Amino acid sequence: MLIGAILVITRKNPVHSALALIVTLLAQASIYLMLYAPFVAGVQIILYAGGIMVLFLFVIMLVSIDRSVKERQLNSQWIVGMIAATALGGLFIAVFMKGKNIFPEHALPVIENDNTQKVATMLYGQYMFAFEIASLLLLVAIIGAVVMAKKRI
Amino acid sequence: MESMLHITTLHYLVLGAALFLLGVIGVLTRRNVVIVLMSIELILNAVNLNLVAFSRMWGGLHGQVFAIFVITDAAAEAAVGLGILIAFFRNKETVNIDEVNLLKW
Repeated sequence: MLIGAILVITRKNPVHSALALIVTLLAQASIYLMLYAPFVAGVQIILYAGGIMVLFLFVIMLVSIDRSVKERQLNSQWIVGMIAATALGGLFIAVFMKGKNIFPEHALPVIENDNTQKVATMLYGQYMFAFEIASLLLLVAIIGAVVMAKKRI
Repeated sequence: MESMLHITTLHYLVLGAALFLLGVIGVLTRRNVVIVLMSIELILNAVNLNLVAFSRMWGGLHGQVFAIFVITDAAAEAAVGLGILIAFFRNKETVNIDEVNLLKW
């Protein structure tokens, strides 16, 4: 999974990056299965590896220019960016050193044979309002994407 | 010794942190807007991994529900971002992020 993620940010050709991202997403879906979250794993495969990646590949086809592969791949502020990322990595390591003992060694035993039902009950019960807000967000995103991609408004 | 063999929450958190870091490096250093958007997806996936790992740790399902909401937001973000990218490409004929400088002074 980490190899896939490294490939995503190092390949020159965006199509190769997209394929590496698919590998990463599928590996993450398997990790969700290891965490007893089959519904999230299914959503991950269908929505990410299916939907979003098709969208990415379409856009790569639409905007791909061959000369961008040969050009410099780093933007003009990459030194500052790397410094900031290194600082963030140092912060992560510091947090890891400080708090690596506070987690329980063994996870709770979860009997998960009706995971999807429980998630659905929660989604439509306790999180009803957030669900509606999410649907509204999707509607706004559809309208926004169509308006942005239109030639002439 | 027994605990070394089990995969605990900490391992998932380390994996999530590494994924997040790779995404941040991609966002901050790459030049192609499409790859920057893919790096944002990596960051959101790292957050999802942490949410599901904590959900497993506490034995509840709230983390998984939140992960589904984050996936929804990622889909909306990808759609709008790629729409903006297409509009930008139509105007400037490039996907180079350094040339998105209309607001620079």
